[in-house]
Amino acid sequence: MNWTRKDLLGLRELSADEINFILETADAFKQVGTREIKKVPALRGKTLVNFFVEPSTRTRTSFELAAHRLSADVINIAASTSSLTKGETLKDTAKNLEALHADILVLRHGSAGAPQFLAQRLKSSVINAGDGAHEHPTQGLLDIYTIREKRDKISNLHVAIVGDILFSRVARSNIFGLTKLGARVTLVGPSTLVPREFEKLGVTVSYKIDDVLPDVDVVNLLRIQHERQRKEYFPGIGEYTTLFGLTKERAKLLRPDCLVMHPGPINRGVEIDSEVADGLQSVILDQVTNGLAVRMAVLYLCGGIAT
Amino acid sequence: MKNTKHKDGVPIMDAEAIRRALRRIAHEIVEQNADLKSAVLAGIPLRGIEIARRLAEFIREVAKIDIETGTIDVAMHRDDVGTRAELPMVHASRLPLPLEHRTVIIVDDVLFTGRTVRAALDAVSSFGRPARIQLATLVDRGHRELPIRADYVGKNLPTATREQIQVRLQQIDKEPDGVWLFKE
Repeated sequence: MNWTRKDLLGLRELSADEINFILETADAFKQVGTREIKKVPALRGKTLVNFFVEPSTRTRTSFELAAHRLSADVINIAASTSSLTKGETLKDTAKNLEALHADILVLRHGSAGAPQFLAQRLKSSVINAGDGAHEHPTQGLLDIYTIREKRDKISNLHVAIVGDILFSRVARSNIFGLTKLGARVTLVGPSTLVPREFEKLGVTVSYKIDDVLPDVDVVNLLRIQHERQRKEYFPGIGEYTTLFGLTKERAKLLRPDCLVMHPGPINRGVEIDSEVADGLQSVILDQVTNGLAVRMAVLYLCGGIAT
Repeated sequence: MKNTKHKDGVPIMDAEAIRRALRRIAHEIVEQNADLKSAVLAGIPLRGIEIARRLAEFIREVAKIDIETGTIDVAMHRDDVGTRAELPMVHASRLPLPLEHRTVIIVDDVLFTGRTVRAALDAVSSFGRPARIQLATLVDRGHRELPIRADYVGKNLPTATREQIQVRLQQIDKEPDGVWLFKE
């Protein structure tokens, strides 16, 4: 396969071959982390701008470290320190970054479609680091990479995604990626946050977590996104935990080889108990390690093609 | 490399010639390395890996020593990323660690400009500091752009810059072993 995309906007537009190509490339980059010198010159001389209009710690630092390991130069811009607060438009800010010869723009934005808007207008590569409730492709890729690493395959696995699906870009990227690679996906959560509409994407919707858990190979828990909920979608945190939280007791329903995943940051005692988050089935920290390899692969592929 | 048909090419080496060349290189490696037990044959993907595997087999025959093999990725160490239409596929490198006190023998199919070997030297260095690094190649076609030479050469082949060399190995290409020269 020959990689041809300068931008990574979402997993929806990628083919199964392209997703697999990124995962194979990530295999090679994961191994760089085990070397005495954890750095390769692949993107030497390139400049990457981390442009985060919404707060983020792990995604931003993961992209930053990935860029450093590829020998690119990195500039970090947060919303609070950018001229967006002075009334500059997103396009003008981005045009200014391009005028400084930024080769790769990693964008986190509250509005769905913001990365696509810039990708169409800039020569730079644009990498979506999360746009509204739309997509978070590198998170989807690292989740899929982690499952593939532990299970050697994706096809025919049954993956449950539990929680706030409606507001979750992580859920959407996972749904697109997993179904393309042949996995079966079941969404679980309160009916207000998991509308039946999602079945159009080729997944199953369930409101009874105890029925789903015994059958799955992977359970991916999402955080309740308080910051995106403008009105109440469920009565309270306590009730959410009772009905949908992966408590110590509920985890007994899981098969012994079922993987427990969470994109972080985790709310201990809300969607997951500490005993489960730190337990043997948890691969939450593997996800963080793999995120670095996946982001190196994405930066290498999108930033490395001749433009 | 563009897709070329064998009937348009000049045959340079057949399976037997490749076998003899690699066997001779194996002898030379044994003669020039007193401590083969600490040496490693590091193949450059894809065909260098297969050549390294064959050399290890010949060395086992010749010297009754199991020499270690590994692979060394060069794609992420190249200096022309972003200038080529096709991005080289990256592979994981696998080398026995630590490299200190070892001899690393880099193995590739064709030695041309030397830029791939420069990238391989850089890649090896990121794993540590070997006692020495050597280079083995099946074909040396000349036209070096860097001060690099091979320690072991299967065949020296004078070529024009615009000509192409194609190496085919059964295990990689699913067709009989051979080396062909293509004029333009």
